[in-house]
Amino acid sequence: MIMIEARAVTRWYHEWIAVFIALLLTAATVSVLLASLGLDPISSLQRIFIRPLNSVYGVSELLAKATPLITIGVALALGFRAGVWNIGAEGQLVMGGLCGGAVALAFWNIDGFWVMPLILLGGTLGGLAWGAIPAFLKVRFNANEILVSLMLTYVAILLLSVMVHGPLRDPTGFNFPESRLFHDAATLPKLFSAGRGHLGFVFALIFAVLGTWVVKRWHLGFEMRVTGLSTSAAKFAGYNRDRTVWMALLIGGGMSGFAGVVEVTGNIGQLVPNISPSYGFTAIIVAFLARLHPLAVIPAGLLVALSYLAGEAAQLSLGIPAASTQVFQGLLLFFLLGTSLLVNYRIRFGRVA
Amino acid sequence: MDYGLLSSIIHSILVASTPLVFAGLGALIQERAGVLNLGIEGLMIVGALAGFATAVAGFPLLVSILMASLAGAMLASIFALLVLRLYANPVATGLALTLFGLGLAALAGSQYVGQAAPQVAAWEIPFLSQIPVVGRALFSHDPLVYLSIFTAFVIWWFLTKSRTGLILRAVGENHTSAHALGFSVRGVRFLAIICGGALAGIGGSYLTLVQTPLFVEGMTAGRGWIALALVVFASWRPFRVIAGAYLFGSVSIIQLHGQALGVSVASQWLSMLPYVVTIGALVVIASRAGTSQAAPGSLGKIFKESR
Amino acid sequence: MTESVAIAERLSASSKQCLGVRGLSKFFGDFAANRDVTLSIDAGEIHALLGENGAGKSTLVKMIYGILKPDAGSMELLASSYSPNNPSDAKSAGVGMVFQHFAVFDALTVLENIALGLEGRFPDEALAAEILEVCERYRLHVELDRRIHDLGAGERQRVEIIRVLMQDPRLLILDEPTSVLTPQETEQLFTTLDRLSDEGRSIIYISHKLDEVRALCDRATLMRAGQVVDVVDPRQESTRSLGEKMIGERLNETKRTQVTEAHSQKARFTVRVGDVYPESTRNVVLTDVYLSVAPGSILGISGVSGNGQDTLFDALTGELTLPNPDSMVLDGEPLAHLDVEQRRLRGLLGAPENRLGHAAIPDLTLWENVILTARHTRGILKNNHLISGTSAKEFAEEVIATFDVRTPSVNAKASSLSGGNLQKFLIGRELLGNPKVFIVSNPTWGVDAKAQLFIHQMLLKLADQGASIILISQDIDELLSVTDRICAICHGRLSRTFSTEEMTPEHLGALMLGQEIDS
Repeated sequence: MIMIEARAVTRWYHEWIAVFIALLLTAATVSVLLASLGLDPISSLQRIFIRPLNSVYGVSELLAKATPLITIGVALALGFRAGVWNIGAEGQLVMGGLCGGAVALAFWNIDGFWVMPLILLGGTLGGLAWGAIPAFLKVRFNANEILVSLMLTYVAILLLSVMVHGPLRDPTGFNFPESRLFHDAATLPKLFSAGRGHLGFVFALIFAVLGTWVVKRWHLGFEMRVTGLSTSAAKFAGYNRDRTVWMALLIGGGMSGFAGVVEVTGNIGQLVPNISPSYGFTAIIVAFLARLHPLAVIPAGLLVALSYLAGEAAQLSLGIPAASTQVFQGLLLFFLLGTSLLVNYRIRFGRVA
Repeated sequence: MDYGLLSSIIHSILVASTPLVFAGLGALIQERAGVLNLGIEGLMIVGALAGFATAVAGFPLLVSILMASLAGAMLASIFALLVLRLYANPVATGLALTLFGLGLAALAGSQYVGQAAPQVAAWEIPFLSQIPVVGRALFSHDPLVYLSIFTAFVIWWFLTKSRTGLILRAVGENHTSAHALGFSVRGVRFLAIICGGALAGIGGSYLTLVQTPLFVEGMTAGRGWIALALVVFASWRPFRVIAGAYLFGSVSIIQLHGQALGVSVASQWLSMLPYVVTIGALVVIASRAGTSQAAPGSLGKIFKESR
Repeated sequence: MTESVAIAERLSASSKQCLGVRGLSKFFGDFAANRDVTLSIDAGEIHALLGENGAGKSTLVKMIYGILKPDAGSMELLASSYSPNNPSDAKSAGVGMVFQHFAVFDALTVLENIALGLEGRFPDEALAAEILEVCERYRLHVELDRRIHDLGAGERQRVEIIRVLMQDPRLLILDEPTSVLTPQETEQLFTTLDRLSDEGRSIIYISHKLDEVRALCDRATLMRAGQVVDVVDPRQESTRSLGEKMIGERLNETKRTQVTEAHSQKARFTVRVGDVYPESTRNVVLTDVYLSVAPGSILGISGVSGNGQDTLFDALTGELTLPNPDSMVLDGEPLAHLDVEQRRLRGLLGAPENRLGHAAIPDLTLWENVILTARHTRGILKNNHLISGTSAKEFAEEVIATFDVRTPSVNAKASSLSGGNLQKFLIGRELLGNPKVFIVSNPTWGVDAKAQLFIHQMLLKLADQGASIILISQDIDELLSVTDRICAICHGRLSRTFSTEEMTPEHLGALMLGQEIDS
C-alpha cells in the first residue's frame, strides 16, 4: 500500500530533489519520443542540447534568450507567491517593446547618453500601464486577473501590429511592416563579439538578486506571500490585499515591459510585428522550474533558453519542427507540478502494524 | 441592408460561435464539478488537429468528431491525474496543458499545414430551411451547430434533472461534505474533466472541419480563454453559455464585415473587439456578483481526504 | 487489552444487542488511532462515547460508518456480521450519521440536500411528501425549498437529522451535535432523540459535554489514547468523576479569585457604538454595542455561534474599522478608526477563533507566523521594512519555551501542530507582546482538556498582570469559571453585563436567546 503523509518540516533540499526528478523524467520522456522517431536518443540529445553551447556564439545566443525569461521569471515568481496570476506577461512585454521602441524612434537620429535610459524607462512604463489595467479591474471590480491579463495580451499584439503597419512603419521601407532600425545610441551593447548576448542579461541577473532580497528580507515581499496564502490571515496581520494585487501586477508589468524594451533594443534593433517567441508565457515555466525562488530563476531561465536553442538545433540537424520546444517545455512543467507533491508530502510504502 | 446579407451574417455568426459553445460547455461541466481547467485552449487545438487529420485521411465527419473528442479527453486525463491524484496547483497545471497542447499540435500538425479538409455538407432542415432569410440563417447548417445546441440541452437536463447531475453539483459546491456523504469526489471530477476535454476537443475540431478547412499552428487564437470567460459571463448556466457565445460570435463577425460595411479603420482595431468585449463582460459580471449567481463553492480548490 | 475484553464480556450478557464491536484496531503509520476497541450497544439505547480530542472517538465511528476500514477486529449489526466498505454500505445496513461539521451544501435547497443523502433518490414531489411525513412524526419543522446558506446552525442540523431519519436507521451516530445549539435547541434535540430511542433505535452520542451525557445517555464508553478505558452508567457518576476518568488524572479547578479587586478598578477600554456593518453581507450587523473592561478584569461574551461574534471580533481588533474614532477608547485614546496594526501598536491584541487560516497560516513555519502579528516587537522588523529572521526565530523559541508548546522546532509548519499546542503558541505569541487589552475568541474550541486548562491559566495570569481581557466563547462552563463579568450576544445585539458570580447557566441560556433578565 502506498501512503502519502504531510511533512511537518520541509527542508530546502526536498524542493531540489523534486526538480531533479522532474528533469530526469523529462529527459527520459524526450528520449522515448526521439527513439520513437527512429533516432538514437543519446547522440540526438547530445546534438540538440550540448552542441549548441560549444561556441562563444552559442553561449551568447543562450544568454540573449535567457535575458527576457529571467527578467520576467523573477517578476512572475514574486507575483505567483502572492497568489496573483498574471498570465499576461507576454502582452506586457509587447507593450514594453512597443512603447520603448516608440521612444527610440522618436529620438531615432539623436545621439546622447540620456537616450537609452529614456527608452528603457518608456518601455518599463508601457508594461507597467498594461499590468495596471488588470490590477485596477481586480481591485475595483474583482474581475479575474487571469482572464483579463490574457485578453490584454491579444490586444497588445494587435496594437503592435497596427503600429508597425501604420504610424511607426519605416517611411523608406517599401511598405514592409517594420520600423526604422534604431540608432546606435538606442541599442544595448553586446556582451561578446559573436552572437546576440547583450547587456540586458546583466540587468536580469541584478533583478534576480534584488528579487531574492525582496523575498527573504523585505517585509513587503513577506506581506505579498502571506496575502497569497490566506486573505483572512493577512487581514488579521494588518496586510492589505489590494496593495498586494497592485504590487504583483505592477512588478510583473514593469519588469515584463523592461524585458520587452531590452529585447527590441538589445536583440532585434527595430520594431517588427512579432517581437517575442512567447517569452512571456514561457517565463511562467521558468518561475515554476525555479519553484518561485528568484535566484533559482537564473539557472531555470538558462535551461529553458537552452530548450529554444535545442528546438532550433533539432530543426536543423534532425529535421524536427521547432515547435518541439513547446512540447519539451510543457512536459517539463507537467513533471515539475507532478513531483511537487514530493516537497510537501512523504510517500511511504507498506505500513507498520 | 439587403436580406441576403443579413441572412448570411446570421449564418456566419452561428458558425463563428459554435466552437465557443462546445468549449464553453466543456469548461462549464468541469467548473460545476469544482474543477478550474485553464487548459481549454490546449485541448481545443489538439482536438482541431485530431479532427482535421482524421478528415484528411478520408474518414467521415462522425469519425473525425469522435477522434477530436478522444484526443481532447486523453489530453485532459493528464490534467486529471496531476490535479486529482498529485495535488498539483490547478492554475499552473491548466497553463501547462495549454502550452503542451499548442506545442504538440504544432509539432504533429506541421505535416498538415497547407492541406484542406473536405467540405462538410449542411443539414437542411425540411420546411424550416425554406423560410426566407431565417431559413438560410438558422436552419441550413452543418450538423455540429445543431449538436452544440443539443449538447447544451443535455447538460442542462443532466445538471437539473438527474441525480448524477445533482451529485456533480454537490461535489462542486462542497467537496468535503460530498466526500462525507460517500460520493467519490475524484471519480466525479475525473469524469467531468474527461467530458470537458472531449467537448473542448470537438469545439476545436469545428475550426478545422467547418470554419476554415485548414490547420494552422496556434489557430485557436485565444478561443479557449474566451470560453473560460464565457462560463463566468453565463453564471455557470448552460443556455447562457450559448447566449454568450453568440454574442461574442456576433462581435467577431461584425469585425469581419466591418470592412465590407465601409468601416475605415485598420483591421487590427476590429480584431481587438472580441477581447475587449470579453474584458468588459468580465468586469460587468464581477462587479455585480455576490448574489445567487456565485461560482461553485469548491471551484479550483484542491481536494484532499482528511483521515 | 484484557481489561476491555472483560468489560465486553460483562456487557454481551445483555440480550437484544444492536451493534457489537470486537477488538477493532486502526493504525495510521506507527500511530494507533484505535487499539483493540470493544463496544456493545443495545437496541433503544442512547450510548455516549466520551473522550478528549484525539482519544479515537472519531476514528471509531468512521469505521462503524464505513469511511475508514479497520485493520483488525470485527463488527456485528443486528446479529449478523457487518463490515461496511463505504458509507452507502453502512446506510443500507441501517446505520446513519449526523456529522459535527454538517455535510450540507450551501447553494442547494433543503430538498436537494436531503435527496443527496438518500441512495438513488431525486428531489421531486414524491420525496418532498415523504420528508414532510417524517417531519410530522418527529415534529421537526423545515422549509424544503430554502437554500442552506439562509439557515441557522440549528436548522442545518435538523436537515441532517431528517436526512438520516429518512433512511429509517436502526443505529444513529451523532458527533458533537450540541456544539452549535442554544440550550433550548439542545432541549428540543434531546426530545427527538428520546422519541427515537423509544422506537427502539440505538444512538451513539459523541460528546465532551459531561452534563449532557449525564442527562441523556443510558451508558457511556470512555476512550483514552485509542483504547476503551471504562464503561459506566453516567447517571451514577458526577461530572467531575467522569471528567477525571476521561482525562486519566485529577483535574485542577480553574477559578477566578480576584473578582472583587477587579471590580473596584475604573474601566480602561470602552466601546460605545450604535451600528457596526460587516464587510460581507453574510455576517451579522451589530446594533448597540456598549461594553467596558477594567484593568485586570475578564469580560465574557457568550452566544450561539453566528450571532455576530465574528463581526464583533473584527470590530474590536480593527480588522473592521469604524467611522467615529470615539466609538472605542483605550486609556483615553480614541482608536475605533485605527486599523489592526495601529491598534496592535497601542497594546490591543487578539487571538481569533479560527487558528489555521486566520490566526496563523498553515503552510508557514512557526517563526514565519510570528512575523504576522509580533513584527513590531523585539526588533523583528527593522526600519519598518526589513525582516530579521534571527529575531523572529528567537521570539518563536521564547514562546515555545514559556508556554510549553510541543513541537520539533521553530521550523515546523503551523499545520503540523496539534490544536492545543498551536493555540498555546498563538496565544503565547500575543502575550509576549504584553497586551493592555486582549480579545480572544473561543480559545479552547477543539483543544484537549489539558491544554484547555493551560490556556485558562494563561488568561488568568494575564489578567493578574493587569491586562483587560474580552473572552468571546460558546462554552458556558468556560465563561462561568474564567470571567469576572459576563454578557451575551444575540442577533448582533449585546445584552446587559452581569457579574459572573450572580450568573447561572439558566440565566445565561436565556440571555443567549435574547431574553433580558433581572438580576
